[in-house]
This record gives sequence, structure tokens and C-alpha cells, in this order.
Amino acid sequence: MSAIRFVLNGRAEAVEGVAPSTMLLEWLRGSGLTGSKEGCAEGDCGACTVGLRSLSADGTLETHPACACILPLPALHGREVVTVEHLTRDGTLHPVQAAMAEGHGSQCGFCTPGFVMSLWCAAEAGLATERRAVADQLAGNLCRCTGYGPILDAAVAAGSRPARAGDAADRAAAPGRIAALNAGALDYAADARRAIVPESLDALAEAAAAHPEATIVSGATDVGLWITKEGFDPAVMIFTHRVAALRAVERREGWLHLGAGLSYAAALPVLEAEWPELGRLMRRIGGAQVRGAGTIGGNVANGSPIGDMAPALIALGARLCLRHGATEREIALEDFFIDYGRQDRAPGEIVTGLRVPLGMPLSAHKVSKRFDQDITAVLGCFSIRLEGAGLEGAGLEGARVAEARLAYGGMAGVPKRAGAAEAALTGAPWSGETVAAAMEAMAADFTPLSDMRASAWYRLTVAQNLLLRHFLESGQVTGPTRLDRLAPLAEAGL
Amino acid sequence: MPDEGQTPQRPPIRDSVADGVHTSRRHDSAEKHVAGTARYVDDLPEPPGTLHCALGLATVARGRVRAADLSAVRAAPGVVAVLTAADVPGEADVGPVFHDEPIFAVLGDGAGGPVHFHGQPLFVVAAATRRQARAAARLARIDYEEAAPVLTIEDAMAAGALHDAPYRMARGDVGAALAAAPHRLEGRIAIGGQEHFYLEGQVALAIPGEDGDMHVHSSNQHPSECQQVVARVLGVAHHAVTVEVRRIGGGFGGKETQGNLPAAAAALVARATGRPAKLCFDRDADMIVTGKRHDFRIDYEVGFDGEGRLLAMRVAQHARCGWSRDLSHAICDRAMFHADNAYYLPAVEIESHRWRTNTASNTAFRGFGGPQGMLGMERVIDHVAAHLGRDPLALRRLNAYDPPGGARTVTPYHMVVEDSVIGELLDELAERSGYAARRTEIAEWNAGSALVKRGIALTPVKFGISFTMTHLNQAGALVHIYQDGSVMLNHGGIEMGQGLYTKVAQVAASALGVDLADVRITATRTDKVPNTSATAASSGSDLNGAAVQAACDTLKARLTGWAAEAWGVPAEAVAFLPGRVSVGGEEIAFADFVARAYRARVSLSATGFYATPEIGWDRAAGRGRPFYYFACGAAVTEAAVDTLTGESRLLRADILQDVGRSLNPALDLGQIEGGYVQGAGWLTTEELVWDGAGRLRTHAPSTYKIPTAGDWPAMDIRLWEKGMNRALTIRRSKAVGEPPLMLGISAFLALSDAVAAADGAGYPALDAPATPERLLAAIARRRA
Repeated sequence: MSAIRFVLNGRAEAVEGVAPSTMLLEWLRGSGLTGSKEGCAEGDCGACTVGLRSLSADGTLETHPACACILPLPALHGREVVTVEHLTRDGTLHPVQAAMAEGHGSQCGFCTPGFVMSLWCAAEAGLATERRAVADQLAGNLCRCTGYGPILDAAVAAGSRPARAGDAADRAAAPGRIAALNAGALDYAADARRAIVPESLDALAEAAAAHPEATIVSGATDVGLWITKEGFDPAVMIFTHRVAALRAVERREGWLHLGAGLSYAAALPVLEAEWPELGRLMRRIGGAQVRGAGTIGGNVANGSPIGDMAPALIALGARLCLRHGATEREIALEDFFIDYGRQDRAPGEIVTGLRVPLGMPLSAHKVSKRFDQDITAVLGCFSIRLEGAGLEGAGLEGARVAEARLAYGGMAGVPKRAGAAEAALTGAPWSGETVAAAMEAMAADFTPLSDMRASAWYRLTVAQNLLLRHFLESGQVTGPTRLDRLAPLAEAGL
Repeated sequence: MPDEGQTPQRPPIRDSVADGVHTSRRHDSAEKHVAGTARYVDDLPEPPGTLHCALGLATVARGRVRAADLSAVRAAPGVVAVLTAADVPGEADVGPVFHDEPIFAVLGDGAGGPVHFHGQPLFVVAAATRRQARAAARLARIDYEEAAPVLTIEDAMAAGALHDAPYRMARGDVGAALAAAPHRLEGRIAIGGQEHFYLEGQVALAIPGEDGDMHVHSSNQHPSECQQVVARVLGVAHHAVTVEVRRIGGGFGGKETQGNLPAAAAALVARATGRPAKLCFDRDADMIVTGKRHDFRIDYEVGFDGEGRLLAMRVAQHARCGWSRDLSHAICDRAMFHADNAYYLPAVEIESHRWRTNTASNTAFRGFGGPQGMLGMERVIDHVAAHLGRDPLALRRLNAYDPPGGARTVTPYHMVVEDSVIGELLDELAERSGYAARRTEIAEWNAGSALVKRGIALTPVKFGISFTMTHLNQAGALVHIYQDGSVMLNHGGIEMGQGLYTKVAQVAASALGVDLADVRITATRTDKVPNTSATAASSGSDLNGAAVQAACDTLKARLTGWAAEAWGVPAEAVAFLPGRVSVGGEEIAFADFVARAYRARVSLSATGFYATPEIGWDRAAGRGRPFYYFACGAAVTEAAVDTLTGESRLLRADILQDVGRSLNPALDLGQIEGGYVQGAGWLTTEELVWDGAGRLRTHAPSTYKIPTAGDWPAMDIRLWEKGMNRALTIRRSKAVGEPPLMLGISAFLALSDAVAAADGAGYPALDAPATPERLLAAIARRRA
């Protein structure tokens, strides 16, 4: 196969001769489809949002919003793209469009196609249309004019509008259109650059080993920015999105096995069922576009010191599965992160999955300047197992710390455990004194940076306070302990 | 009137036109917005041969270009032209008022010019594709002689770097009044700037024409000034340049002057190459190159009695203007005009300092200095209330300007406030929002909540309406009626999302007695309506609506004169009714009527002009009437703060805004809600951070955080039912573009109130924006 094959607005496309790092948005707008806008070219504002349809391993149709500005064309191979131009049919607006227009959901209108597409994707996926759910679906779309109220209202109103004739048929026909692409594996070359899209894990591992210089691309939510913002121009990219084995979920012998290619959106319900706080955390990673594209393996493999998954998984004692050619190995996740920008991954080696032990407790605390869709200033994830008398009591009096794993993001060049604080906790009674001692010990664990997100003072103070919050949440304090739990107050307010 | 051989049809009788003034007609482009078919500059089909441009930017904040090597730029793939200041045929300056803004820093070996900020444009490169142009722009090798940059207000103070001499407004003997006051307080608030973050970045497409003409499509709030700047740079007369703007993807003041440089640079390339040229900033360049809301430091000294009645206030406003003057003089003046917000000050002195720094040149932003001035005043009230242990709302009520006829109505600039409705608004909103009961409930709730604290604040806004540069308060319009009765409308205002085109078309529809659907709104162009003012200062519908009304009145007078003569009836017997015209009792459909007028050789086209009456401002004396009227409103916000992390949330906001008799209630509600959220964003999560080398570190949405949908507090917004403009504005409406932004001040003070509910002592003295870090620091200060 030498052409990138995908369905665009119901029609099969075969793209050739275009540099593989070309982003979908650039290509769409160059093709005259100017409804999708560029607002930031980094997947943060959502003005370029398109609908992306894929087939899962069992053939069911999945629909996610995606930021076209950071989606390289090869990532579309074997998928269907729906742009805002496809929503108006025979002069009739889709219910989400009609609700937005009638409800004064647009002012300058530049962000509007992106909002419409996010709402369309949510409607296609049958997501809830109550306010808080809608706000989650729209966290990746910025509007500077309306203040969001009319958009939220329109989204709620669209939920109770009758479906438009023809939309169900279009959806039902999508799997057939995608299958008819006969996409297969792809080895694409243009502009002296190459993109490889393997279909099996073996082929992926082989391609990666054969091209140790290649950039592995899963959701492109990070690599896309290197290209649009930093002038990165990879000679070879290897795309993982068509490897079904990377999206596997399995429970085996007390461990949860997660394929590295699981998107946040796909992994969220699985992880939330085991650790509700992890679900809350993941809901705040990026917007729906990023959660639909970005993968848990990619988040780890890139080694970001502020990636949100690693601290949670480290606190839980997760292990990382890697593969180089036919050779597989497994390490503790925390050992993967050697230093800022350096990971324990050999050239040509790929991350295939994560194994997480079941049964450990987890509390997760993300702190950022803005609540939704913001990069973390400090992330504290705690897995603290108590034992002894008092476990049944409300105040846990008499309980002792059997095991403590405190993992932080934003506090060092890598996701890092607070070893001194853990030592101060382990074996000690679960008490305010113990926690105070651990907080003090934590000052030796970290020397955080000051940057545009927060100062070193703030980071350390908050890192300490998050441990305190976790302690207080074990029945030590009256009233709410987190702002997001105040949400019902806002909703009941009027 | 003699019959012309047609069977006259009796027109249907209707009470009103469809979608005329005072109705909630949706935005004229709403369907196009949701369908993705509304075109912005970068969506226009590119003429054949269009070149794509990018700017080369300075990488130091202060210094001099020692040597510049652009050979790699010129040699890069696809590059067609590289132009520097030396290639400018006219004057190489794009300053809007003062010519102190070189379009490009001067390059040249050994004789390079000064660099004033990190990101200052150095050259423009044009290439076959956008990617090629942007890649090439990075290849310049510039050798700088660096100097230590002046970055902060404090740096500028130390360096004595002022743009202008300090300016002062005063009334009464403030020194004596302060000395005599029973209580005195001093304080300071630092207020951060704000990035506009219009979703559509700066963009211009210049198309060269015959005879040196240049047609420029620009995303711009001020096409006439853009025309002038492009003409200046090209060295041609104004009539050789046409600037056209159909709509812009958000402006908020950020495209009042900042669109001129991209337009001029694109026009330069078009002139030099003879090919169409487009310059489209990417988000990072946009945020680095263009100015923002001015950050301020406000120092205050206030005297008051035991009840909290203000007796004297002395305020020093320090503004960081950036490297050039841009509009800073007028912005800083407006900050002074709003240093009183809604309160009478018996003795007052306001001094303004305009500091020059090596940062992007700060510019207009919704409120235009008013928000900073007003926040300073509200901070003073809040501080005094805390000092006296009284509810700040009681102090606001006590100090509000008197209603018309009262004794306490004179502003610090000696203008009498003739239309204060502040007291009424405060009372009505307090009542409707259950302020008193909620304050009690919050205190009880806080007593039972160890970690999370809630707070509440109710603040008013009194915003002066008119450009304080009096000559700008003028507008023109052009109205054509065609033979089928359809109407084409043009005026100098810019559609930037606020619904101006819709409102003005409603004015025309109601004036002529036609349905809104019969009125076509056309792109704003400098060759249709000349010498216009920026769509700014909340003046869009006041000025352009009145100009269109004037044009319609001219047409109606002309048609009335003709009909009276043709039918042989007195002029009073001619009446324009919805969809028809009554002439001496005979009713004729509007379309038939104008068709007959055409055949009778009556002109169906008219211009309209409007100049705001009654205003005048003597800046040297610090006296006058800079504003035609005031637009007032009030908001109450409830917020919560996490005392362990400083994270915060806005829980609920209730708003009451006086929009006079609204031209379009739905659009006004949209302005209020959007303005409030934008104002709340300014004061909470939107933080601009520069590093020590003068580089902006927050130049993209990944690092600069405007509100998202999840930040929306439960909101209840009402237009004040008693609203009626005492001034003779168009249909007695009031301006609504900027005033609601300052309602966001209530969010900031609600957060301060929540901080004060945590353990500790002393006034929180919160600086803006109230990021989690600033809130946590305030909590820590009070505990220390």
C-alpha cells in the first residue's frame, strides 16, 4: 500500500505525494474545506476539531473528537474523518448546529465549528447531555466571546431534539465505508520522509527495531506539537493506531494488563472501576480530543515530568512492558524514568503495555492553574495501606501505616516518589504528628523548579499539603476537602 | 399619484416589521457560524500566485542589531522575497497616534537600529507556502549588542523610563481632607495584564491593483486607521488603499491597532512582488508580538469616617505600557476616569505614570484602562470595610453617587453624573440574589468547613460611554434602497461577534419599515464609508446605529417630499408604516413605493452621519464632560477557595445590567455573560509570565489559561427592567460591549472574602490575578 486511505465526509480518499508530517488541518484547509479553523496549532483550543471514526478490534464503531491541527495524515489510515462541512445535510442543520444557532451559542463564530464538532461527536457516541457532562466534553474547546453559558444550554437542548433523518443511516454505513478502504498496513513515502503503519504487534516491533531512529506515534498529542511548534521533521514515523493488540485489557492473577495503545478515553472506565480517583484525574487530562487520541503508553514513553498517568501508576506499583524485536522485558515503571528527557528505552524498543497490581488503594490530587484541561503544577498520588486496630473506626485511631507509596508529578525532572516522606510514614501510627513529620521530611525529597506554572515554594508547599489533605480525608476533618465536590452547590444554586 | 398602468396591490396591514429593534433576533451569521461557512480572512479563496509571509523576530529584549545575515533566509526553499525596513517605500512606521513604532527594527551591518523587545519584528519573508515562510524566518543570523532590559514597573521606575510626563486629575484639597479624616489607610494592589486570546489570530491579505492601489483584507477593528498606516508605509495617498473587513474572529481591543503591522507588512510584500500576499500570525507569534492589557500597580491612601464614608482618596496609578506609546495615553486616562468607579469622593487626587518597558507594547483591551482603575477603587472599599469590620456592600451603598438631583454627583474630573442608578441597582440585585441571607449562610457554612472556604462579593460598575478623544465620536453610514424594496446597508463598524451588524440592521429595518430579512449587511470597507473610528469604546451601535438612522431619515425625508408633491398631500400625510407607506390615506407596499420613486427620478441612496452631542474634554484643565452618559451594572459572585492548595472555583454569579432600552436583548445578554467571564478570567487564571530575559513564557493556550466551560459559574443575568437612557442615544439603548467585563471584579473580591474566612488575621491584600499560588500565599501571609 502506498497511499494513505481514509474516508473523508463519506468519500474514500487516497493521499499520496504529501509529506507525512502534514497535519490534517493544513491538508483540509488546502483542499478548500476551511470550516475547521486554526486557533493554536497545539491541540489546546479545539477550533480545528473534527470527528474521527475508527473500528475497534471487534468491529464496533468508535467516534471521538480530534484536533486536526496536530493529527498527521498517516494517523488517519483506515479511519473516517467527519468535518463541519459534512454536518449540514440538504440545507438542514444537525440538531447540535440548530441548537447552537438558535441558542445564541456563537458570537464571533471562529471557535463555533469546533464546538459543533465536539458536540456532534458526543451525540454520535451517545454521551450524556447534562451540564457537568457537557462541560467535560467541551473542556478542549475554548471560546472567548460567550462565557460558555449559551453553549452549555444549547448542548443540553440539543440532547432533547429529535434525531435528524439520515444521521443513523450514515452512522450505520460508516463501518462498511471504513472496511471498504481495505487499508491494510502502510509504508508511505513522500518528500523524502517515511511513515510506517503496521497492523500487528510483531510488525510494529520489527519496524521499530529496523528503524531505531524512528519516532513512534500513537495519538500524536505530543509528537504533533513537536512538529507544529518546534520544527521537528522526523525522517521516519511509525504509527501504532492500527495495532489492535496494543488496545487489549486483561485481568490476570491479581494484575490488570493494559495495552500501551489504549487511549485515555478507553482506559478511563477500566481504571475508574478499580480506582475512582484515577478516573477523576483522567477526566482532567487534556480535553476530549486529547483523551480520545492520546494513549497511556505514549504518556509514559515520552517521559514527561508532568504527565499525569505516571505518578498514579507508580503509586500503584505498576510495571512497564517493553519489547525490542522479539525480546520482551518488564521493569518497575518508576525505574523507566532515569532523568529529565532520559528513559530506560533502547533505540528501537517500544512500550507495549502496563501491568498494575489490583487491590491497592489510590488517592490522586491534581493541582493546576485552571481546573480543566491544564498541565499540572503538582500532582500527588498516594497509595497508603494501613493496618492494625482502628481500621473500622471513623477516625482510624490506632491504625498504623503498613506501606506508603507517594508519587509526584511536577516536582522533579521525572515523576518521582517521595522516599523520605514514605520512610517517615511507614510503620508509624496514622496520626497528625506522623503526617507532619512526613511533610517535613518531604522537603528533602524534592527541589522543584519555578516556572510559568508555579514557583518552587508553591510546589513544595502544595506537595506537602496534598499529603495532609489525604490524611484529613480519612475522617479527620469536617466539611468538604475538595472543590470539585462542591459542584452540586453550583448546580443547585439557582 | 397618477396610475402608471399597474394594478396596485393593497399591502398587508401589520403592526410591526419582522425582527426590528428591541427584539431578540439572533446573530446575522449564526447559521454560517455553526455550518462552518462564515468566512474569515484566511478562509477567502486565495488569488492565484498568493505568497505567504512570516515575520523574523528579535530574540533579545533590548539592545542593538550589530550585524544581520539574512542569506540563509533568502536561500531557503520557496522564498520569493525578504524585506526589511530599508525596503519600505514610504515611512517605516506603524504607530497609530505617535510615529514611534518602526515596522521593523533597522538591520544593516554596523549601523543596525535599536531592539526594544523580545519578539520585535525585524523583517518579513514571503514564500510559496506558509510552512516555507515560517521555516525560513527562523534562519536569520542576527548579532546583537545586548543591554539589560527594563521589564517591570519597578525596573522602569528605577530607570526613570517614562513615555510621558505624569498626568493628574484632582478635586478638593486632598491633603487637608486626608489629614482631617478620622481614619486612614494605605495600600497597594498589583494587577496583571491580559492576553486578548481572540480565537482568530492576526491576519491580512493584500492584493495589489492598478495604479498602485492596494486592497487589504484585514482582521481589524479599525479599517480607516489600517488604511492610513498601509498608505503611510507604502508612501501613497489614502485613496490608493482600501481596507475591507467582513467579520473578525474576536477582537476585544486586540485588533484596534495591532492588526496594522501585519496589514502593512503584507502590503509591502504585495507592492514589492506584484503578487497577492498573506500574513497570518501563528498563535505563539501573535502572543509574543502583539500588546496586551496593561498591567498596573496602584498605590492608594484613603481617609474615611467611622461609618465608612469616604472623605478623601489619593491614588497613584502605575501602568506598564511596553516599548511604544500605541494607545497608552488614552488607556491610562481612562483608568483615571474610572478611579472613582461608582463612588463620590469629596476630595480626590489621581496621578498616572506611564512606564516604558522592553516588553510588547500594551494596547486596547475591553474596558481600555477602566477595569484597572475600577479594581483599584473596589479594592479601597473592600479594604476600608475590612478595617471597620463592616459589610463591604454597606459601604458601597453609602458611597455611591447620588441619583439625579443629589448633592454627591461630581466626579474627580468635574463632570456631573446625571444618570446614576447605582444605588437602585445595588439594592435590587442584593434583594434578588438574597445577598444578606447568603452572607449569613456562608459564614455558618465556613464555620463547619475546615479546608474549603466560601466568600461572596457584590460590586457595581459605572462605565463612561464615549471616546475620551472627543473627535473620535463620529460615524458614517451608507444606505441604498433598490427598486424591489430591498435595502443594502454599510457603515464603519466592525462585526467582531458582538452582533453589531444585526443591531444596526435592526435599526435600519425599523427606521424604513421593512423586515430585517430585507436588509442586506455588507462588509465594512473604507471605500464605502470613509474616515471611520475604531469599533471600540463600546460605541459600535451607538455611533453606527445613529449614523444609519440618519441615512434612513434622509431617505425618508426625500421620499416624503416627493410623495407629498406627487400625490398633492401635505408632508404630514405621508407615513412609513411596517411594510408599506401611507400617502394621504392610500397605502402602498414599500417595494411599489420605492419603485415609483425611482421612476420619478428620486435618489434612493443616502449617506448618514452622526457626531455625539454635548461632550467635550479639556485635558489640560482636567475638566469637562468626556462622556455622553454612563452605563451601569452590578454583579454578585460567590466563590470557594481550597486553603491547602489555593485552588478556587466560582460557584454562582447574579448580574443586573442597565442597557437602557435594549436594541436586542439576546445579544446584550451575550455581551454581559461573555464580558463577565472574560473579566473573571483576567482576575483568576489568566497569568502572563515573562522570564528575566524579557521572554514571554505564556505564549500559547497550553500555558496561558483562559476560562473553559467548566469554569462557568451558575449564572443569572437580567437586563434592568427600568433601563432607559436619559441621553438621546439610538432608540434609547445603552452601550454594552465593555461594561460587563468589570463585573468580574466581584469574582476577585469574593475570592478575597473567602481567603479572609480562613484562619489568620489581617486584610488579604490579594494581588491579581488570583491564581492558586497567589491565593495560597495570601492565606499563608494571614497565618504568619
